[in-house]
Amino acid sequence: MGNTSSMLTQYDIEEVQEYCNHTFSQQEIVSLYQRFCQLDRNGGGFISSDEFLSLPEFAVNPLSQRLLRMLDGLNFKEFVAFLSAFSSCASLQQKIEFIFKVYDSDCNGKVTFNDVLEVLRDLTGSFISEQQRQQVLTHVLEEAGYTNDSSFVLADFIKILGNSGLKMEVEVPVD
Amino acid sequence: MGELNSSSSEIDLDRPNIEEYLPPDSIKEFHEKLRLRDLLDISPALTEAAGAIVDDSFTRCFKSNPPEPWNWNIYLFPLWCFGLVVRYGILFPVRVLVLTIGWIVFLSSFIPVHFLMNGKDERKKKIERYLVELMCSFFVASWTGVVKYHGPRPSMRPKQVFVANHTSMIDFIILEQMTPFAVIMQKHPGWVGLLQSTILESVGCIWFNRSEAKDREIVAKKLRDHIQEVDNNPLLIFPEGTCVNNHYTVMFKKGAFELGCTVCPIAIKYNRIFVDAFWNSRKQSFTMHLLCLMTSWAVVCDVWYLEPQNLRPGETAIEFAERVRDIISVRAGIRKVPWDGYLKYSRPSPKLTERKQQIFAESVLRRLEEK
Repeated sequence: MGNTSSMLTQYDIEEVQEYCNHTFSQQEIVSLYQRFCQLDRNGGGFISSDEFLSLPEFAVNPLSQRLLRMLDGLNFKEFVAFLSAFSSCASLQQKIEFIFKVYDSDCNGKVTFNDVLEVLRDLTGSFISEQQRQQVLTHVLEEAGYTNDSSFVLADFIKILGNSGLKMEVEVPVD
Repeated sequence: MGELNSSSSEIDLDRPNIEEYLPPDSIKEFHEKLRLRDLLDISPALTEAAGAIVDDSFTRCFKSNPPEPWNWNIYLFPLWCFGLVVRYGILFPVRVLVLTIGWIVFLSSFIPVHFLMNGKDERKKKIERYLVELMCSFFVASWTGVVKYHGPRPSMRPKQVFVANHTSMIDFIILEQMTPFAVIMQKHPGWVGLLQSTILESVGCIWFNRSEAKDREIVAKKLRDHIQEVDNNPLLIFPEGTCVNNHYTVMFKKGAFELGCTVCPIAIKYNRIFVDAFWNSRKQSFTMHLLCLMTSWAVVCDVWYLEPQNLRPGETAIEFAERVRDIISVRAGIRKVPWDGYLKYSRPSPKLTERKQQIFAESVLRRLEEK
């Protein structure tokens, strides 16, 4: 029983705020903490893949497996940092950085043709054939002045997505 | 009439059909040429995923709401302590006594009736029915149930089925004390299971195991047989298939709406003023839940017997189920969510993910052709 929010002291909250570059207000962090405890059913201090997948709305997402790899074993501080890209206070750069990280599965700072193809595979499943998928990607890349061999760094992503009116905001319910 | 479509629907009578309820996809449709940035921009899917992590409508359905703590105030604290003493020291023992007397009265008359009165089936049934109602009244008294019934009481006639929203097993007790319903329920372990298989069987209740697919077919058949009989107790179904916290309703299973008979909706709304009546079966056993109710001041609730509904021409069972859910949720003032309650026990079908993939794939291909 007890009040979960009482377990976070002002210091804890400030520390978490510091860690996520003040993208969330103190109240939002308290809410997120309650949510974190709710999802972490066995109280291990992190949310397991199984616990994430028990949310149907998350489980049906085509990118859920990919995101699970990023979410694996995050403690509360890291969990908040993960979500900070979705805060309305986060800069466009932060948001694009997050998208870049989703693509860059081996974390080497480069996104190759294959990385993009893999995400596209997650998103389209069996509804586009592998061959067709490659054709689509090659076509689009060439039109934008790249080739199959070119790899993207973060700066490229910022250039490409920077002025596309990216909307990536999630509101944290505060009571 | 009910037999007409029975053979085809028998197998998937209780199949979750969440596909029908898919919320509109967040992936927008454009009629522009496909560009690299459109392919790279995966923000809609990411936003959806993060949104679900932060807050999702499914978990909200099964969240028990602890009462707001108000006793931290030094002036109110003695008063609260006094209440505690009254509830646990006076009310609780009295209620245990009431329940014990109830059981003694019930068992001492039920056992002889059940085992000795052979032959006179009609009268035996009537007495048993009455006794079960009586026992339920004792149960309701044991949590000082203040129940207000609105609308005409259900009558006994064939070809009708009652459906209600489901918050706790006490729903059944509250409804049963007024009318002897035959209920379709999950088979429970422990003493509840014992009651189910001995006493409640005599009012025609039907048990099944949620996880066993074979049970579903048997239940479907029993259902159809049951409603054909004239002097059977009216059938009561909780089409949500699981307890929801009385703030939301999850999708109704279409089984009850495919029987080809009149559906009478019942809306139940608990007042949370003294106790949260939601039985969170994951967190507490039914015994603990009952103890919780028995140590509270009272269980206050409203029951509405609503206008009977029939399948409209051209309406599918799912649309019908949804219409009845509308009626119940409006009356009880609870919110609807598009999820299947069984997702508590299983993962959503990959078909849902595939649907999203299909929509995205089609939009990519379409836009590729635009010049």
